[in-house]
Amino acid sequence: MFESISQALQSVFAHKMRSFLTMLGIIIGIASIITIISGIKGTNEQIKENLIGAGNNVVTVQLYQNDMQYDMMYNQNPAGVRVIGEEAREELRKLNGVKEISLYRRREYAESVYYLNKAFNGSVCGIDASYFSVNDYRIRQGRGFTAHDFEGVRKVAILDETAAKTLFGSDDPVGKTIEIAKEPFTVVGVAARSSAFRPVINSVEDYQMYAETGQGAVFLPESVWPVVYRFDEPQNVAVRAASTDEITVAGKSVADYLNTHQIAEETAKNGFSYRNDDLLKRAEQLQEMSKSTNNQLIWIAGISLLVGGIGVMNIMLVSVTERTHEIGLKKAIGAKRRRILSQFLTEAAVLTGIGGLLGVLGGIGLSELISRFMDTPSALSVPAILAAAIFSILIGLIFGLVPAIKASKLNPIEALRRE
Amino acid sequence: MLVEMKDLCKDYPQGKETVRVLKDICLTVEEGDYLAIMGPSGSGKTTLMNMIGCLDVPTSGDYFLDGENLLGVGSNRLAEVRNHTLGFVFQSFYLLPKLNAVDNVALPLMYAGVPKKERRERAIEALKTMGLGERLNFKPNQLSGGQCQRVAIARAIVGKPKLLLADEPTGALDTASGNQIMDIFDKLNADGTTIIMITHEQEIANRAKRISYIRDGVLTDGRREGEQDA
Repeated sequence: MFESISQALQSVFAHKMRSFLTMLGIIIGIASIITIISGIKGTNEQIKENLIGAGNNVVTVQLYQNDMQYDMMYNQNPAGVRVIGEEAREELRKLNGVKEISLYRRREYAESVYYLNKAFNGSVCGIDASYFSVNDYRIRQGRGFTAHDFEGVRKVAILDETAAKTLFGSDDPVGKTIEIAKEPFTVVGVAARSSAFRPVINSVEDYQMYAETGQGAVFLPESVWPVVYRFDEPQNVAVRAASTDEITVAGKSVADYLNTHQIAEETAKNGFSYRNDDLLKRAEQLQEMSKSTNNQLIWIAGISLLVGGIGVMNIMLVSVTERTHEIGLKKAIGAKRRRILSQFLTEAAVLTGIGGLLGVLGGIGLSELISRFMDTPSALSVPAILAAAIFSILIGLIFGLVPAIKASKLNPIEALRRE
Repeated sequence: MLVEMKDLCKDYPQGKETVRVLKDICLTVEEGDYLAIMGPSGSGKTTLMNMIGCLDVPTSGDYFLDGENLLGVGSNRLAEVRNHTLGFVFQSFYLLPKLNAVDNVALPLMYAGVPKKERRERAIEALKTMGLGERLNFKPNQLSGGQCQRVAIARAIVGKPKLLLADEPTGALDTASGNQIMDIFDKLNADGTTIIMITHEQEIANRAKRISYIRDGVLTDGRREGEQDA
């Protein structure tokens, strides 16, 4: 085996130029497939990253009536949806895949938030002490909420960067007073997302999901929420999963727990339920979309491989003709047909194998170049590289078969006599 | 009996007709014999050589080689017979140009499944008996015609075959080199190797123990020069 490969290598290197030109089709084919697959994988990873947030692993669980998110702006508190208390919170934290949770209330579109004569149209959130850590916020200016703020029901607010910019421009908001539903609130700090979070907006749903990030948000301590809105409003839950893969499991188990423990049977019959955003599923759908377009590109690259394979077959046929004496002699001194067959098959496979190897290297280089100069994502796929290497050897075996059979069938007398 | 042919015929298609190239050949060669087959070109002597060498199969008749009936035997078995029982020496050597002398000689041993190290040792040994111990790593284009033929003989005998077949072994060589080759054949025969040689030169044929003539596909016993009919 090793010996016949080294012999095949010798005869491939005996005609360097010819071998290289023969490999070219394979090299181009494999290189383009590797490049395309790296592009697909890069795009997929970017989709996942954008939708889920790099290392954020947060999923929200919200109250729905039938298939619509239950919007507290236009609706009364639903009867039979219990407020999530300390005990329930402890239970939620123990659920499968859950690392930490935060309870909060929210108005998607704030009414009547003003600073002097400037209005703010983002969202208003009544948050608990763990909200910032769960959602990866970090205090940029001023301070966060303290136990005093929560217990003392103090009218203090923290703005995110967008809200701060909308209301204060380049002024320092800390210590200023803003008006929410005609109540004065003192701004104590400005918060910002610490993880790179760049959502891709593909639909109205996505837009709403990220409205907070897009339009900015004003945060209040949860205890002060009834001062501007209502008592006992249902809460949303932000769930931080232990890992990205557990997002769906964690979200689902929190939603299930809330549905069985926090909603009265009668209310559930009216179509009320907690649901988790299935981000992974949404990411998969988007990935599927980009994959199907790229699959067509792979087919086109496959044609290059086919042409390359035909080139290999052609040159192997030429090689068989050139080497009739060699074949004739080998048969005369006792080489069996199988031996001649495997000699030429090995040679074809070594030829395309080297081509595949060069193609893989070329593909890696090409995808690096493309992602660097065109600023598109790309990620190398090890299984794809292995598959390409194996596939190129396979091409050699398939297209080498006809010439190898021809060689093995040569009549030794004819082969020796031919000039 | 090493070679035994009975009423062996060979037809070749030529256009629409078939031509009978060998007609009822009967040939027996005992172990240790040294036979020269002479005949003009087109007489069928190369075809007969191919039959003896198991490179071609007869149309009819029986062929026993070393006691084995080779009629209707598969191509794999024929390859084994060529590998184990026979050694070939051709007019134009047929050495593989990319391999050096040792690798050329070791080739039949590879097909016999001999391990690499032993192949090399035996090839070097065979080359040394041919007086080529100094040119082990030379490639065919670095060797003279006579040296090439001696490499080819080394290749033919390295597997210790019972029968050495030579097709015009001196045809491409000058007289001096030719004589050298014939001396080697004498020595091989003296050491017990049976030899069948095709030639059209009487002088070369005279080195054999006996001579047969082939003319128009018919084989007849011949004489050595100066020999009288018995």
